[in-house]
Amino acid sequence: MIAMSPDDWVLWQWGGFALNATIVFTWLVMAVLVGVSWLVTRRLSSGPELSRWQNALEVLVMGMRDQIAQVARYDPGAYLPFVGTLFLFIAFSNLLAVVPGFRAPTGSLSTTTALALCVFIAVPVFGIVRQGPMQYLRHYVRPTPLMLPFNLIGEISRTVALAVRLYGNIMSGTVLAGILLSLTPFFFPVVMQLLGLLTGMIQAYIFAVLAMVYIASAASVVPGAARGGADVAGDRDDRDDPGDPDRDTNTVLDEEDTKWKASR
Amino acid sequence: MESLSLIAMVSIITAGLTMAIGSVGPALGEARAVAQALSAIAQQPDESATITRTLFVGLAMIESTAIYCFVLAMILIFANPFWNHFVQAAGG
Repeated sequence: MIAMSPDDWVLWQWGGFALNATIVFTWLVMAVLVGVSWLVTRRLSSGPELSRWQNALEVLVMGMRDQIAQVARYDPGAYLPFVGTLFLFIAFSNLLAVVPGFRAPTGSLSTTTALALCVFIAVPVFGIVRQGPMQYLRHYVRPTPLMLPFNLIGEISRTVALAVRLYGNIMSGTVLAGILLSLTPFFFPVVMQLLGLLTGMIQAYIFAVLAMVYIASAASVVPGAARGGADVAGDRDDRDDPGDPDRDTNTVLDEEDTKWKASR
Repeated sequence: MESLSLIAMVSIITAGLTMAIGSVGPALGEARAVAQALSAIAQQPDESATITRTLFVGLAMIESTAIYCFVLAMILIFANPFWNHFVQAAGG
């Protein structure tokens, strides 16, 4: 029987405390990421002479900033730490799967659930930070309060989908390699492994982009948001009232976005 | 023994059916999405970056339905709870 998840592979046991492969390899990936970044950023130069590693890191960070900016359509600075970390962690755990003896921690449902829960919590946090609690909560009763249960279910089901999608893709690669090794050894499993690398990279990208899309949809200012709220409340008269607090927030945020776009 | 063989039979047949039926829908959907994206890129090559990114995200969403079926089939074959329960009951 194939060990379905790295959770079942216990490397070290002490009393009731079991150290399984998922924990070990998660910490290994984190140590590699943090260690390499620390080593590279110890001696940064802003002159024309760059070290190779600094160049690589700059390309990576700039690429992530660009992608986030394209999805969010405003300054990516606030989202880069969270979304970028998600992407780097998933991408590196999937890429390191070619190293013999390494089991990708993303092939375990517990890891992917933890990552998806991070996104689940980050969405309201970013939304509230950017628009304030009332404006954010109003997202749930839009377009009508009848949609409230569906919005809530959607919130939960997309978290489950995030977790199961990543887990299923990585786990299927591992299981497929195991089955193929017993049927047609040597050549074909290598091809599937290469395909697995591609899938792993795409899944890391998709996880990060979807996290960003969810965050952006919660944090973005919907045009006419104040109008929608007023319509629900039933008073359409203060549509053009400049003293409407929602309107003010919208205008301010819009101006921020415009400023950022102009600076590019 | 009787219930064990019955569970094994039903699990394997259901796993096969799950994959068979569950891969038809996503396959048709992904084919449509890719075809549309290709014609969109052919019409507007300048927008290919945006189209490709949206296509990938959309494909992942469509594909997740097939992945759910795959995970279910894997659970039925490798980690079937009923199978484990009856094996334990038979073993004492």
